[in-house]
Amino acid sequence: MVAIAESVPKPASRFRFILDRRDVLGSVMVAPAILFVLLLVGVPFLMAVYYSLSAYTIYDPSWSFVGLSNFADIIEDPTFRQTLYNTFIFTFGSQILGLILGKFGALLLLRPFPGRKLVRALIILPWVIPIALATVAWQWMFDSLYSVINWTLIALGLITRDQAPNWLGTPELAMLSVIVVNAWRFFPFAVVIFLAGITAIPQDVLDAATVDGAGFWRRNYQIILPMILPIMTIGLVFGIVFTFTDLSIVFLMTQGGPIGATSVLGFAGFQTGIVSGDVSHGAAISLFMLPVLLIVVVTMLRFIRRREI
Amino acid sequence: MSAVVTRDIIKKFGVVPAVNGISLTVPDGEFMVLLGPSGCGKTTFLRIICGLEQQTSGDLLIGNDVVNDLPPRARGVAMMFQSYGLYPHFTVRNNIAFPLRTQRVPSAEINKKVEWASQLLGIGHLLDRRPRQLSGGERQRVALARALVREPTALLLDEPLSNLDAKLRATARQEIRQFQQRVGVTTIYVTHDQVEAMGMGDRIAVIDHGIVRQVGTPAEIYDDPADRFVATFVGTPPMNIVAKNGSYLGFRPENFLPKAMMNGEGSVEFKFRVERSEYLGSERIVYGAIEGFDPDQVITAKLPPAHVADEWIRPGEWHPFAVRNSAMRAFDQDGKRARRH
Repeated sequence: MVAIAESVPKPASRFRFILDRRDVLGSVMVAPAILFVLLLVGVPFLMAVYYSLSAYTIYDPSWSFVGLSNFADIIEDPTFRQTLYNTFIFTFGSQILGLILGKFGALLLLRPFPGRKLVRALIILPWVIPIALATVAWQWMFDSLYSVINWTLIALGLITRDQAPNWLGTPELAMLSVIVVNAWRFFPFAVVIFLAGITAIPQDVLDAATVDGAGFWRRNYQIILPMILPIMTIGLVFGIVFTFTDLSIVFLMTQGGPIGATSVLGFAGFQTGIVSGDVSHGAAISLFMLPVLLIVVVTMLRFIRRREI
Repeated sequence: MSAVVTRDIIKKFGVVPAVNGISLTVPDGEFMVLLGPSGCGKTTFLRIICGLEQQTSGDLLIGNDVVNDLPPRARGVAMMFQSYGLYPHFTVRNNIAFPLRTQRVPSAEINKKVEWASQLLGIGHLLDRRPRQLSGGERQRVALARALVREPTALLLDEPLSNLDAKLRATARQEIRQFQQRVGVTTIYVTHDQVEAMGMGDRIAVIDHGIVRQVGTPAEIYDDPADRFVATFVGTPPMNIVAKNGSYLGFRPENFLPKAMMNGEGSVEFKFRVERSEYLGSERIVYGAIEGFDPDQVITAKLPPAHVADEWIRPGEWHPFAVRNSAMRAFDQDGKRARRH
């Protein structure tokens, strides 16, 4: 028999198994995310930093460098200082209110009762309703003439028509109103965070506390609360970051009024930089959030790390 | 005085009874073990005693007082849980002190009692650590210290050894028992492990499907089981039960021996066909069938290897075996213990 020559195996290409290498495959997979962050977050951020250090306006798009003078300008401006103060009140007011409501909501939803599933679905509602739509509804509730809140108070005989508060027309009440609306929007998130935290506590620990003689309050404040503190802090960090940078509720409900009483950093930056066209000062106002948020977030994250021994 | 008395306790979840009428008396200082398979209602019964569950009906007395409607903290019982239920955010010291703090004990006295409990269990050097820095055995001691620190009327233990590895379990078993005898606290101990039950209990209550099948000392439970369930649940391998004329005969594997070992005592003889044998060092377990009974029923014999040579037992061979009359148990057609003849 004639032996047929064996076909010579082709030398394997160096690149044939290139995607089987962990480092290569890893880089390929992560690249889109990194590009996304660089292009859509990094570049705008650097532009904002540059704008804030320049004299750029939409009428005079010069890139002349002016150093920190924009920041000096806004700090001297009493309206800005009012805005900064408002932002803190708005953020912490709505977070605290949201947390308190969230804790009670979670406690209510923990125990089984008829219709619990329905209530759970309803509680998520503030989250799924578009914020613009929800704010319009709230605007009517706070309306100076048609407020259902006032109508209810009058119908209950608690106030007379003359005493009816003008919710969005009085500085303090307007701030209270936007805080309430934001807390209402944050509430489902708080409930979910609390539920996740509480259900993660081993039943044995809660039972032990009960047998050890702890009543409802002691169980809640000495056992449950310390144990859910880490996850609660994470939730709070999210809430603070989102609220601090938020402008939608103020923009839709009060436009920062009356007389700047509800103006917050996001709204003021938008007004100055985009609406009025003073891009450099707008950028400076927006960038003012950065160090503040950085300090808050770093402090809180360090706090959790210390708790988790 | 009786520390804990239950009268016809029934607990239903929906229509399903988890506990179906348990009446039990635990005298002061006794170590009572509740033994049963998982899902038999023993843990539910324990949770009723400490007040974490409310019974559907029946009376519960602790220290001679009816405590049916008292909350857990007013019952004077302490419980140690399967996974210990330590408070992870407290130090060991604060864990042990917690039951005293809830009772507003003055802090000087708290310190004294924490000191006492931690000395007793040898965990004095761990007081400033947190639970997650402790080993399984140390956690168990901390849990025990926390349960004991307020000197409860009764100490309830729910499968406390199931989270320990086998080696640690043996020492922990001994420690708990010694320690209970020293302190003299009435203890109710739930387990599904018959070795724990036999080794630790003053008395054992065997529970199945929410009812007590038998209460007695370990020897009574083992030597004189009240029914077929108790007979086959306690003992490894379990008691052999064979049907005979509508009733049942039972004999333990270690009493089923080669006829030659009977030494002339009165005995019942069987022809035993060996199928398989396991050599376990201190004993040899032989599986097979006996002539005249169901050939598919596996009968086990536990033989001392020192007395029965290896080559004597071979698969497929028939051997004359016998059970001493005194070791033979009889059960009626319902599986209950028949009167001794």
